[in-house]
Amino acid sequence: MSSIYVDHAATTPMLDSARTAMTLQLAQLGNPSSLHTHGRATRKTIEDARESIAKQVGCLASEVIFTASGTEANNIALKGLYWQGRDKGKQVVVISAIEHHAILDPAQWLADHEGAEVLLVPVSNSGVIDLDFLKDVVSKRGQEIAVISIMHSNNETGVLQPISEVVAIAGEIPVHCDAVQSFKKVPLSFSELGLYALTLSAHKIGGPLGIGALILRRTVEIPALLHGGGQEREIRSGTLNAPSIVGFATAAESEHFNAKNVQNLRDAFIEGLNKIIPDATINGSKANRLPGIINVTFPGTQSDTLLLLMDSQGVSCSTGSACSAGVHEASHVLLAMGHSVESAQSSLRFSFGASSTQADVDYILSVVPDVITRGRAANLS
Amino acid sequence: MKLIAAMSGGVDSAVAAARAVEAGHEVIGVHLALASNPQKYRSGARGCCTIEDSHDARRAADVIGIPFYIWDMAEEFHDGVVEDFLAEYAAGRTPNPCLRCNEKIKFAAVLDRARAMGFDGVVTGHYARTQISETGKTLHRAVDHSKDQSYVLSVLTIEQIAGAIFPLGDTTKVDIRKEAEARGLAVAQKPDSHDICFVPSGDNAGWLRDRLGSEVGPIVDQEGVKIGEHKGAYTYTIGQRKGLGLTVPTVDGSPRFVLKIEPVTNTVVVGAREDLAVSTMKGERPVWCGPGVTDQVLRGFVQVRAHGAALPCSYFFDGTLLVAQLDEPLLGLATGQAMVIYDGDRVVGSATICETA
Ligand SMILES: Cc1ncc(COP(=O)(O)O)c(C=O)c1O
Repeated sequence: MSSIYVDHAATTPMLDSARTAMTLQLAQLGNPSSLHTHGRATRKTIEDARESIAKQVGCLASEVIFTASGTEANNIALKGLYWQGRDKGKQVVVISAIEHHAILDPAQWLADHEGAEVLLVPVSNSGVIDLDFLKDVVSKRGQEIAVISIMHSNNETGVLQPISEVVAIAGEIPVHCDAVQSFKKVPLSFSELGLYALTLSAHKIGGPLGIGALILRRTVEIPALLHGGGQEREIRSGTLNAPSIVGFATAAESEHFNAKNVQNLRDAFIEGLNKIIPDATINGSKANRLPGIINVTFPGTQSDTLLLLMDSQGVSCSTGSACSAGVHEASHVLLAMGHSVESAQSSLRFSFGASSTQADVDYILSVVPDVITRGRAANLS
Repeated sequence: MKLIAAMSGGVDSAVAAARAVEAGHEVIGVHLALASNPQKYRSGARGCCTIEDSHDARRAADVIGIPFYIWDMAEEFHDGVVEDFLAEYAAGRTPNPCLRCNEKIKFAAVLDRARAMGFDGVVTGHYARTQISETGKTLHRAVDHSKDQSYVLSVLTIEQIAGAIFPLGDTTKVDIRKEAEARGLAVAQKPDSHDICFVPSGDNAGWLRDRLGSEVGPIVDQEGVKIGEHKGAYTYTIGQRKGLGLTVPTVDGSPRFVLKIEPVTNTVVVGAREDLAVSTMKGERPVWCGPGVTDQVLRGFVQVRAHGAALPCSYFFDGTLLVAQLDEPLLGLATGQAMVIYDGDRVVGSATICETA
């Protein structure tokens, strides 16, 4: 049976070069905190990687804090910047309505346990945050805002957000940006954007799972979540995961993701879909988007049924999020874009990556009609 | 065939799925999320559909090597099973929710969806057998009579039975656990679930009281003389003797039993043991699991509880109601329960008891 992977936004294949670099590092002995020869050797490797990642994202090496995931980086940034602000009497957290759960849930936690007031910036029907709303909030309550966190691009729709404008509106208010989906897909520079903090994750760019980075402005000191050896600027403790860090840096250095190619595949897919399922709609089609992600609503279907049928045809795609019990839920992103629960629950995400081909597109298009027909029948049953 | 295996996270459905795969079918595992607010963990034998159960089901599917998905049937379950359960109690009847779940969820909502998606049927871990006879596929008791679940499947129509696969019907529970162990399924020693899955505390009376209120009402004897008070009629069951809290003794000192529950007047009627005796029962909304029953009187067995005895009887269909006349009277029979007719091991059909005499 065919096996077509169109879920690169969830995770993408690890690059051979990253795997090789990582495997070699696995054979190296030494705790980077140790002062002897072995320790120094590992430390050197990690610092090389740090510099390399810094170069790729336009920051200083000292601004890179390695974490165990993008989720962890988001948690450190949001909670840390909030606590720092709260010490000065600022208790408002501003995030967008379409953030990943790795921002939404820590924000909710801060509201439930730490006295935060969370304000959600709404989005337009095409999935772009409402800058006027943000301006209004900042002008009225700027003195109370501890942190603003807006993602660089949305993981479900691929819609890019106007981060430069956000930073301009924010002025002195610290801005964090979850750039997990954007890194290496579209131009991204920490210093040019003028951010306080930015989140990266290795496994979305061809690196290993379970390693990420928080880019945190040099002079910003925030409380830690993990206390211990104080390895990463006293903000993140834990013996550094040298093999994964090496794999991360190798992937970050690689230019294997050709945005033009990926976008051409995506556009060919959309064109084909329009022909065979004319009532399918592309979410966020009017906005600037990442090259690889497309989110489609198929009226009269249910996403989880479609996913099962796609999967049984050998196509791996995604329905967006599921709750802890594994039950598919209407996407908060699509709901924020004005979908009804019903139409949000009839949507699928396809995300193309560097290894995707025209043959993948052709194959998916060949199975779509039958999948949609059956999906519609199951929905009526 | 292409089959959907309904996997609860328990040992039976896991082995059933594994056997279906081994029999050469193309199988996909599906866990039905039936509670809209699932609990995280199951406590002992109580409850099901916890998050832990869905993880157990997923793990079993992974070990067996089949795809696995979760289907959200919480709304269907609430409307078709939980609401029905409450309504039946409120009407003074004693429903069996497992039966309703098979009728409305597992072999209706799930089977319909599966068929629309191009699957041929649904595999479950029920202890029951099917056979191909000249009249089509028929439903039979499991070999392990102590585990037999044909009673709760007796609401399936011929169409539904045609799409049902029960791979465990020929094996005892003990052997299923051994087989699960041998297959490396971690659920091998997981306790059986008892009780009603949506009443995780196991306290049915308390659960009903929370939802239906606990309006005090009279307990009367058969002459209508009030001899006590109750706290919510539906928490009593026909034949119940204990916990009536009656202080007025009978003339001869013999115990009293619940004979009837009258929801409209919120009255519980009690009387002597012999007044519980039922020799004729009538059931409405009959379902035939094979050839239909006619007005011709036939000999067979009737069963009125999930693990009750099969009672010898004569039965016929009067055009509206299924009627069974027992050879020996039965003590204490609540309306709302299912009467299931057997011809030997074969399930003939069932109906909901609406009248007893
Ligand atoms: C936008 C976004 N933020 C954060 C994350 C979490 O990253 P990680 O998987 O490294 O925890 C993801 C990935 O799922 C993501 O898409």
